[in-house]
Amino acid sequence: MWEYTDKVKDHFLNPRNVGEIEKPDGVGEVGSLACGDALRLTFKLDENKRLKDVKFKTFGCASAIASSSALTEIIKEMTLEEAEKVTNQDIANYLGGLPEEKMHCSVMGREALEAAIANYRGQKITKEDFEIVCNCFGVTDREIIKAIRENDLKTIEQVTYYTKAGGGCGHCHPKIEALIEKVKKEMEREKPPARPEKKKLTNIQKIKLIEETLGREIVPALMADGGDIDLIDIDGNKVYVALRGKCSFCPSSELTLKQYVESKLREFVSDEIEVEEVRP
Amino acid sequence: MRTVYVDNNATTKVAPEVLEAMMPYFSEYYGNPSSMHFFGGQVARKVNEARERAADLLGADPSEIVFTGCGTESDNAAILGTVDSYPEKRHFITTRVEHPAVGNVSTYLSRKGYHVTELVVDREGRLDLDELKESITGQTAIVSAMYANNETGVIFPIEKIAEIVKEKGIPFHTDAVQAVGKIPINLRKLPIDLLSLSGHKLHAPKGIGILYIRKGTKFSPFMIGGHQEKGRRGGTENVPYIIGLGKACELAQKNMEDENTRVKALRDYLEQKILDRIPNTLVNGDRVNRLPNTVSVSFEYVEGESILLLLSDLGICASSGSACTSGSLEPSHVLRAMGVPFTAAHGSIRFSLSVYSTKEEMDYIIEHLPPIIQRLRDISPFWKDYLKSQGKK
Repeated sequence: MWEYTDKVKDHFLNPRNVGEIEKPDGVGEVGSLACGDALRLTFKLDENKRLKDVKFKTFGCASAIASSSALTEIIKEMTLEEAEKVTNQDIANYLGGLPEEKMHCSVMGREALEAAIANYRGQKITKEDFEIVCNCFGVTDREIIKAIRENDLKTIEQVTYYTKAGGGCGHCHPKIEALIEKVKKEMEREKPPARPEKKKLTNIQKIKLIEETLGREIVPALMADGGDIDLIDIDGNKVYVALRGKCSFCPSSELTLKQYVESKLREFVSDEIEVEEVRP
Repeated sequence: MRTVYVDNNATTKVAPEVLEAMMPYFSEYYGNPSSMHFFGGQVARKVNEARERAADLLGADPSEIVFTGCGTESDNAAILGTVDSYPEKRHFITTRVEHPAVGNVSTYLSRKGYHVTELVVDREGRLDLDELKESITGQTAIVSAMYANNETGVIFPIEKIAEIVKEKGIPFHTDAVQAVGKIPINLRKLPIDLLSLSGHKLHAPKGIGILYIRKGTKFSPFMIGGHQEKGRRGGTENVPYIIGLGKACELAQKNMEDENTRVKALRDYLEQKILDRIPNTLVNGDRVNRLPNTVSVSFEYVEGESILLLLSDLGICASSGSACTSGSLEPSHVLRAMGVPFTAAHGSIRFSLSVYSTKEEMDYIIEHLPPIIQRLRDISPFWKDYLKSQGKK
């Protein structure tokens, strides 16, 4: 037996917003009888373009029904722009989690929502525009890529749990593996370089950050050249330092200060930092 | 909350008589049946009595009964122990609807380079005996076909199958886990070489099974060890469980008539009332050649796990061939092999009764099942579509 949370059981036994809205503003249908679950989502907007009424009809297991019910509760009162941002993970979280094997139920909810919004906007998402990767369950590369991205999936088994793809004959497993690899590479490339964000700092934070940056980014580089640097004082955005060792009599010390020390401090601490040398 | 247990093909209650028979062998009579002293000897006599009772139920000789750990072990031992005895033969024949204890052995053999034939079944779950005849070659090491199907209760014509196989001089094994105790089996008349049974399907505890090996059958032991079970299964005998299974076999024989009259009538009553009261419902499998305790019904446009959980909420314990219950994504291999349409396959429920089932329990199910199906159909998008399509006609 599945370990369902009390919230899943509650939404299965007492599903909210069951039904179909007559003349809806948007309707989204995903899944099929063959696949074992299907969801039809209908909604109506109010004068402020908020989701006034949302209803679902679902064919499927307990977690499919509970996920549909949860979805309707989550998106009610939202604007379409807000609703668009709801992920399958939000649905699962709302229910206090789903067994991993059942995560595809939450994905089905998100997909129905996406389809209903597209329907309202007069757009059409058709499977024909994409490559069907899993023929057993009719899952496209687009759906698989989206699930991998949003849920950080790493194995074929996980992709099956989230999208059903690969859960039948298994012939598409190499394709799924290739998609996992592809998304992994894409996400690595998109990753912003790991730099701390510059925020408004208090004086104490600023002093600490300047000390840290000197220690981490600047001192080791100078020491490699036989030099060193001491922090003497900080006044607002003015940073007073003294160059030591080889640096103290280096002809290019002015350049070191401005182009290296100042630019590093500007990068990690604040754009307004000015570095001044204190000579003995 | 009351419990209405109608999942006896999954497991059964240990009969009170069985438990009572077992108890002394956990405490006072703990001797090893292999020991030379009186203390072990008295236990050995009881183990042999149990062997005789099991042999009686099957129409076998006690020397042909080998106690094992479970039905799966019996199936594995039968097939692998036989192919091991015929290393030059590289062909295995079985059916598409076997329990995984045979089905996955088939996959294993296929990976090992064996040629595997899996016989198809028709819409009613029946085999094509001509296909069986045509499949047998000089390379065939063993044929394995289940006696009765665990999901649908469909009984294969085992006598005819065994005759076809034996005519070609090939060993024949049957997984009779679901059949033993439910229908009479007489191995004196059936040319079966190897037969598997499991204790917990006939009111003995879990953890004990039997492999019947007809005298003269070539067999390499699967569990290699001591001289126990005449060298056919090593390991110290699981004495209390063997005694329990012996008692269960005796009870099964006593209850055979009740099973095939009263229990069968209860099953038929349940089935008929379900068909009468719930539209778009169909019975899966051959209704004539079927175990007396089993019915598999499919409710169109709803999903099995949801039905099971709503039944469970009322204390009713049943089972489903739906995808979601097993963690797999496709409905049961049995229903798919039969070609049950998807509209029905996902909504299949199996009720399996026992001699402990009562009419009152059937009425409880009949009272609560229709509103459950209706409730789920009201949530299902396909039900309204279906009604609409009917309206247009």
